Amino acid sequence: MNLTLKIWRQKNAKESGSFATYQVSDISPDMSFLEMMDVLNEQLIAKGVEPVVFDHDCREGICGMCSMFINGEAHGPDRGVTTCQLHMRKFKDGDTITIEPWRAQAFPVVRDLMVDRSAFDRIIQAGGYISVNTMGNLPDANATPIEKHDADAAFDAATCIGCGACVATCKNASAMLFVSAKVSQLALLPQGQVEAADRVRNMVHQMDLEGFGNCTNTGACEVECPKGISIENIARMNREFLKASITA
Amino acid sequence: MSSKLNSRIPEGTISEKWTKHKGSIPLVSPANKRRIDVIVVGTGLAGSSAAASLAELGYNVKAFCFQDSPRRAHSIAAQGGINAAKNYQNDGDSVFRLFYDTVKGGDYRSREANVHRLAEVSASIIDQCVAQGVPFARDYGGLLDNRSFGGVQVSRTFYAKGQTGQQLLLGAYSALERQVAKGRVKMYARHEMVDLVVVDGKARGIIARNLVTGELERHSAHAVIIASGGYGNVFYLSTNAMGSNVTAAWKAHKKGAFFANPCFTQIHPTCIPVSGESQSKLTLMSESLRNDGRIWVPAELEDAKAIREGRLKPTDLSEEKRDYYLERRYPAFGNLVPRDVASRAAKERCDAGYGVNKTGEAVYLDFSAAIVRYGQEQANLKNMTNASEVEIREMGTKVVESKYGNLFQMYEKITDENPYVTPMKIYPAVHYTMGGLWVDYNLMSTVPGLFVAGEANFSDHGANRLGASALMQGLADGYFVLPYTVGTFLADDIRTGTISTDLPEFDEAEKAARARFEGFLNANGSTPVEVFHRRLGKIVWDKIGMARSEAGLKTAIAEIRALREEFYRDVKVLGGMFEMNPELDKANRVADFMELAELMALDALTREESCGGHFREEYQSEEGEALRQDDKFAFVSAWEFTDNDPGKATLHKEDLVFENVKLVTRSYK
Repeated sequence: MNLTLKIWRQKNAKESGSFATYQVSDISPDMSFLEMMDVLNEQLIAKGVEPVVFDHDCREGICGMCSMFINGEAHGPDRGVTTCQLHMRKFKDGDTITIEPWRAQAFPVVRDLMVDRSAFDRIIQAGGYISVNTMGNLPDANATPIEKHDADAAFDAATCIGCGACVATCKNASAMLFVSAKVSQLALLPQGQVEAADRVRNMVHQMDLEGFGNCTNTGACEVECPKGISIENIARMNREFLKASITA
Repeated sequence: MSSKLNSRIPEGTISEKWTKHKGSIPLVSPANKRRIDVIVVGTGLAGSSAAASLAELGYNVKAFCFQDSPRRAHSIAAQGGINAAKNYQNDGDSVFRLFYDTVKGGDYRSREANVHRLAEVSASIIDQCVAQGVPFARDYGGLLDNRSFGGVQVSRTFYAKGQTGQQLLLGAYSALERQVAKGRVKMYARHEMVDLVVVDGKARGIIARNLVTGELERHSAHAVIIASGGYGNVFYLSTNAMGSNVTAAWKAHKKGAFFANPCFTQIHPTCIPVSGESQSKLTLMSESLRNDGRIWVPAELEDAKAIREGRLKPTDLSEEKRDYYLERRYPAFGNLVPRDVASRAAKERCDAGYGVNKTGEAVYLDFSAAIVRYGQEQANLKNMTNASEVEIREMGTKVVESKYGNLFQMYEKITDENPYVTPMKIYPAVHYTMGGLWVDYNLMSTVPGLFVAGEANFSDHGANRLGASALMQGLADGYFVLPYTVGTFLADDIRTGTISTDLPEFDEAEKAARARFEGFLNANGSTPVEVFHRRLGKIVWDKIGMARSEAGLKTAIAEIRALREEFYRDVKVLGGMFEMNPELDKANRVADFMELAELMALDALTREESCGGHFREEYQSEEGEALRQDDKFAFVSAWEFTDNDPGKATLHKEDLVFENVKLVTRSYK
């Protein structure tokens, strides 16, 4: 396959960026999207052009590092995948592909397609945990049975990889899906009950401080989420937040 | 035993050692802990859990990772599970059995005392994780569920679908972020350690490159913990993350830390086969799949050929035309033999011409029997006495999906084939490295004050790691071993005061690092780093991979040395030093892999026996099983960097003493 790529180039956070157009050749349909980017970069280096910078690491869809907005969609046209799991068989010979970084005020561009998502870490710091120190003598793990349905629902929420596709997709750049996934996971488990009210208040507060937008229930985040995190979690977080506000 | 190695194994019987030792480690009072700084490099399971636990105790912790967030360390990709001797299944598990299985699984090349401690603390890890809110799989009664892994005959593996590593890491990450919020941990993301700073013989800091600005930063501490993972990417293609590298460990090695058993590398039997030249990494299909999947190749060579040429489908072959070679060769363990055994058996079949994909390097992992078995079970539960084959398959498929759904989806996305309908194709790939920096019982290296945890050390898995034991070891080291054992070193540092970064040792290390980076930029060659890495990987895979020979290893050493020379002369790195420059970072990592590769070959050449993941063609039985040489090689090879040349490393031997497990030929038949 031969492709035309329109890629966002930006030297650093301070300078402004623009699109550059590159041709890339000899792409096999079995390559992943990032392997196509590797080929492009090798071709650019050969020409003396600095390679395109992008975040990536595990290349199996679990670390949450890759983050490209491809033809107007977070992680590209396929569903239930991250960019590293997207394969070139989803494209046709001769296609033009536009590749941008996540665009959100709370995710400033670091370079080219790479953005700074440390806002997510700070939201977790605000309360995305259960306050338990390392101890060698905690109650036995089976001391508190947890209903399978709740355990499974907590697990489903906990599979969020923190990639930020929800924010990039949302027209308001809202982080509600990300925050609600963590709030839900811990709210569904008995261990999480003790700090539930403080947790949801503090995490929502931090989310607002970071400059993420509000949720207007368009549901776009759920569609683009590579892990299929449900917007039921947002509803659950809203209930938790209301409960915390009333009982405070 | 070399005089330079002191393993510091405590006195007493195997089950008393850890308890007695913990009781004798000098304590550092809470007030004094506040005066002590600790650096942790890497934020995977070992690094995150160590950083969080030490900060909870009161130490000032600085944690470093090269990713944009500590949550992205490659522990996140571990799929199948974590072992613990809980005996929840009442199937005869115990601390001793976990200890015994691990020593045997490691082909009797690990240190008994360390392994027993690992088994002892395993149960506490599960309690800790559940308290943190890690959502392990549960049964309908609300209790924790278990599955089996290779090399054992009990069910002791705890899991969260095929995302156990993710859930455990997010647990450790949340504990870490809680300490960051309190100011007890200062987190340095997008930072890479590029050198160790040794002052008066003690590890007192690191030089780190800020990957965003390119600045070289000096960070001092009273002790340094390296938890930077393994070196599987020396093979170029592996299941490791793209950024996983050996640089932190290798720089420590060059500053005096001995490197142990570098040739003990693990080839995992169930990975998605290589598809093309531009492939950048390999994807693992969890070992847990071997609970339900049966591995086979066609019994007839013509059938294998027909399949490779696309004239025949695997589902067309009747049972008697299939060779379930693991069940045939190892009836007692069947598809659940340890990884090294399963990998070699796959290679043996493919080398003999029975491979099933275009390259001839793939075998089948088939779930059809499991789908029917589970479907029948569902039919029985629902009292459907006349269930049709289609209904049974449908119900069975749902059960398999609930167990392995994410793995099947991952497989389908990569290969464009539906594994519920046609068997998966798999082939062995590099996955884990048992070798690593040498450590004593306290996890301290040969550089005082430098501790090493998780995959980065050599300590617990001998020549072969059992499945679901990496997560156990990483968290054991970080949660339950280091918080105690750092006291053995730090108790002497309560009056030291802050270590100055203006010391000449910091100056020198920073200057040397800068010169290295400038060297890559100024080489003005014509070949990108990636090309060198790919060529290195090919040498290492072909000659220091699943089967090794004296002639091959000698050739490998010559080829690696030549490639290294060419690399420094002809590498092409664009851009500058003081900016974000991933190509420059990669050059620095590949340079270290090139040195490590030579040491691996040297180690493999020196170890004239076959054991675990190290298979020397000259040392095998008539049936092709590994032949150990216990009288000559029951020791840990600890290599000292010598004469500024990895090929001139000096070998030190730590004799392995087995008092509780009898050395016998490993058999899974």
